[in-house]
Amino acid sequence: MTTLSIIYVLVTEAIVSLPPDTSFFQEIGLVEFFSETRWTPQYAEEQRHYGILPLLCGTLLITGISGLIGLPAGLMIAIYLSEYATPRTRSLCKPMLELLAGIPTIVYGYFALKVLTPFFIVPVFKHTFGLSVGGFNALAGGIVVGIMIIPMVASLSEDVLRAVPNSLREAGYALGSTKFDVSAKIVVPSALSGILASFLLALSRSIGETMAVAIASTGQPALTLNPLDAIQTMTIFIVNVMQGEVVAGSTLEKSLYAVALVLFIITLGMNMVSQMVLARYREVYQ
Amino acid sequence: MNLHDDFYERKLVLRHRLGQAFEWLCRLTTWLSMGLLAVLLLGIGRQAWGWLTFGFLTRGNSYIAEEAGIVAGLCGSLWLIGLTAIMAVPLGVGAAVYLEEYARPTRLTKLIQLNISNLAGVPSIVYGILGFTVFVRMFGLRDRPEKFVCSLGFVEFSFELPLGRVVVSGAATLTLLSLPVIIIAAQEALRAVPASLRHASLALGATKWQTVRHQVLPAALPGILTGVILALSRALGETAPLLVLGAAAQLSVVPGRIAGITDALTHPGKLVQAPFDQFTAIPLQIYSWVSDSSRGFEYVSAAGIVVLLVVLVLMNGTAIFIRQRFQKKIRW
Repeated sequence: MTTLSIIYVLVTEAIVSLPPDTSFFQEIGLVEFFSETRWTPQYAEEQRHYGILPLLCGTLLITGISGLIGLPAGLMIAIYLSEYATPRTRSLCKPMLELLAGIPTIVYGYFALKVLTPFFIVPVFKHTFGLSVGGFNALAGGIVVGIMIIPMVASLSEDVLRAVPNSLREAGYALGSTKFDVSAKIVVPSALSGILASFLLALSRSIGETMAVAIASTGQPALTLNPLDAIQTMTIFIVNVMQGEVVAGSTLEKSLYAVALVLFIITLGMNMVSQMVLARYREVYQ
Repeated sequence: MNLHDDFYERKLVLRHRLGQAFEWLCRLTTWLSMGLLAVLLLGIGRQAWGWLTFGFLTRGNSYIAEEAGIVAGLCGSLWLIGLTAIMAVPLGVGAAVYLEEYARPTRLTKLIQLNISNLAGVPSIVYGILGFTVFVRMFGLRDRPEKFVCSLGFVEFSFELPLGRVVVSGAATLTLLSLPVIIIAAQEALRAVPASLRHASLALGATKWQTVRHQVLPAALPGILTGVILALSRALGETAPLLVLGAAAQLSVVPGRIAGITDALTHPGKLVQAPFDQFTAIPLQIYSWVSDSSRGFEYVSAAGIVVLLVVLVLMNGTAIFIRQRFQKKIRW
């Protein structure tokens, strides 16, 4: 069907291109692509370097921050909704979560740049700790991406938590466990694989997230793990390049496809694993 | 013995405290994120207050903040979503009907199924790159765009191949993006139709097609419609793929240069030409305003966001309305 051809197109564009052109990996080589620490394809001819590590590093930074915020918060909400909340609270919270999930990413980007950075990050880190923070920083982007994945983690994890049979909970109570013991030591461990799968899905979403990060954190590609720096992720690179005019057939254009391919492979791999885990999990409890 | 009891008692109290603390922590997180939603909406609303005027809705874009308007983006977005719906809905529902009603569970269909759910998780920017290659550049098969003129009897319109950065390219890209979501939603709606309905129809001598057309599809329609609207509203908010396509963020004219409803009626040619015209969209305009650091544009972008959110709420409201309305009628 139509969807099947999509993968085919992308892969062929990046790796095996048509005979008259050379593909990106024929021009640059895999070794340089993965070991070179500078990524400067937009510079003058002799200063160009094609090492994807800085972009991967920026992506990792954003994903790390968003994971630190989004995953625990999402899991807590899931536990609260499935174990503690009354049906009324749940019926109130679920649409709110859907609303949170339905907000376009560009709105989060605006929020990060115009609200989070000037009113929260700069006062805290610059005025209190005396660190240097710019208007663009990875922290703001990471935080909003974290907020963005909360609804996803919460609703997916809640589904798997609710799939845990009640008999397990009742057995726990019969042995004299408190509610906390039951939630944290029985329900969560028995739903662990499903929870991890939802974490993976959420992280792959935050890897592929573009606009919020592009608005809030854009900077030069750099190998840094300082969340107060401006950075460049794979997605930011693609957006930045495509805003200008790209010469067809140039190495810059091919590097776009290479970056998109890496992005695609990473997210596809993570999605595949979590889909498989979720599918297996469903079979176990039915 | 006494000592042991004491120890146990103290442990029990601690355990209960821990449990309570945990419950409050969870509750706090939940309400905090809800509060965040409120802060976000209120903050943006406050920024946009006073800038969201009738003039803002009817003006084209401008380099001066006070004179910037969103009509180009609004119309561009409506064109995009309309064309996306025309392309994506038949394809998506057709694929779902095939997969649910006709396809046998072979290894191939399993693979397709897995593929679709994976495609739903592919970053939208990758779709943007794909759309750029396929629709804007057409694989670079032709170096120079070639102009075609097509006549429909009473009107004629022209388009170029490769398509370039026009509404159709954008809509086609958004179609690819929302297809997996639509297929999954439609499949779930079809699966929710009880098998007894199909069996009854088949037992009465209806053909497979008649069963699907007259029994299954009407029963699944509310679910399908809800899924479609949700997918389209997601597509409406997408910025990255359109940005990658190279759609003009600074454009200030409506696709087809239609000046109003009367203009569209007196010059039907403009309506046909519009899909092959350059375009911009609400999220793109917001992006260009957010990146513009000159004074006043932060308010303009907030106003743009409010417009976008209002359109989204309208679409989602329709989806909820449909769900409520039709769910009550059908009882199995």
